[in-house]
Amino acid sequence: MMKHSMKWGVLALALALPFGAQAHKMWLVPSATNVSGADPWVTVDAAVSNDLFYPDHMPVALDRVVVTAPDGHAAQPENALTGKYRSVFDVHLTQPGTYKIAAVNGGLFASYEADGQKKRWRGEPAELAKAIPANAKNVEVSESINRVETFVTNGKPSDGALKAEGKGLELAPVTRVTDLASGEAATFQLLLDGKPASNLKVMAIAGETRYRNAQDEIDVTTDKDGKFSITWPHAGMYWVSASTQDDKSSIKQAKVRRLSYAATLEVLPQ
Amino acid sequence: MRRLSLTLPAILLAAPAAAADLNVTVQIPQLNVAEYHRPYTAVWVEREDHSVAAQLAVWYAQKESKEGAGTKWLPELRQWWRRGGRDLQMPVDGVSGATRPAGDQKLSFHDGKAPLGPLAPGKYELVVEAAREVGGREVVRVPFTWPATAPQQLAAQGSSELGAVKVDLAP
Repeated sequence: MMKHSMKWGVLALALALPFGAQAHKMWLVPSATNVSGADPWVTVDAAVSNDLFYPDHMPVALDRVVVTAPDGHAAQPENALTGKYRSVFDVHLTQPGTYKIAAVNGGLFASYEADGQKKRWRGEPAELAKAIPANAKNVEVSESINRVETFVTNGKPSDGALKAEGKGLELAPVTRVTDLASGEAATFQLLLDGKPASNLKVMAIAGETRYRNAQDEIDVTTDKDGKFSITWPHAGMYWVSASTQDDKSSIKQAKVRRLSYAATLEVLPQ
Repeated sequence: MRRLSLTLPAILLAAPAAAADLNVTVQIPQLNVAEYHRPYTAVWVEREDHSVAAQLAVWYAQKESKEGAGTKWLPELRQWWRRGGRDLQMPVDGVSGATRPAGDQKLSFHDGKAPLGPLAPGKYELVVEAAREVGGREVVRVPFTWPATAPQQLAAQGSSELGAVKVDLAP
């Protein structure tokens, strides 16, 4: 338990930092994004790392993983295991349509002074009152909501699993998320608490960063409807992310709310 | 009812007069590789907006397996899969079949008859895509205008997974 909460803390911190070239990136990478046949499966890697998509830092906690089937119901990840640097699980695609595979992290981060010392705490809202001593001064609490996703389609794409939950940053497809091709523009919409997130920076980085000398990030900004378009320069797995912060936390003590979203999207050759 | 019985024979008589043929030859090259598998191959007709006007042929491994014969690998025919392969429920009568060996594979289609169906006059592309296990993938396109006013021979050349693709149009 101690180990688990410590790992989670590192992750929360990694994701709370602004995304930059040095930031750790959390990702889910499926073995395929388009499958067919009578009994399709995919296997998914889930990790936090510097390079995309090489597990070199820490695994994603499996209890944070939620798989949504095309009918909107939760599907169970199978054959799950967590190693030193990555978690692995399989998804059995028993329904036709698009599956959403997500890792959702959130919680509170607090800093305060007690007995003349600076202290930090991370945890769930229910634990906050107990965690901070009564004599604490300069208490600052922030909330974070971080969502990391990828998508797999069995046969024809569908929208049933892609409905926004209305909390934090989320992606709504305009172009179908598993239907991306090099040289073609794809359009998506970014939502904040279910409403269009306008004027937000979105960054796309192709995988295999280990084999090139620059991140070669593609920067775009959402328009007034929260929409953005990316023309994929080449085929590959791309990590698309956005982050922001506001003061709309549902936790009364938290003045700041930090939000981030990242998706792994596969772009296929023409 | 009387009206219908009068017009129906007229349509049946008119159909053969408008019939046009589309003959396709797909050359599957002989490849000297350590591990050879016959290519999965799709042949279809695209309109100018890339929508599918007709699915003509899909060749894939037919051997029974838990994964449903070779249908697991159909998305490897990437363009075909995006352009409409994923909308089909395999197998499709008169369209799907076993993979073919190296050589010239001849196909014949007739206007108004499945799988070509009635093709509205206009500009089209005949598209052939091949993808091979532990091999490569290639797409060859042959633009044509339908229907042909005179017999016409068109061709395009593949460079790796496909050889010559010939299209013979008969008015």
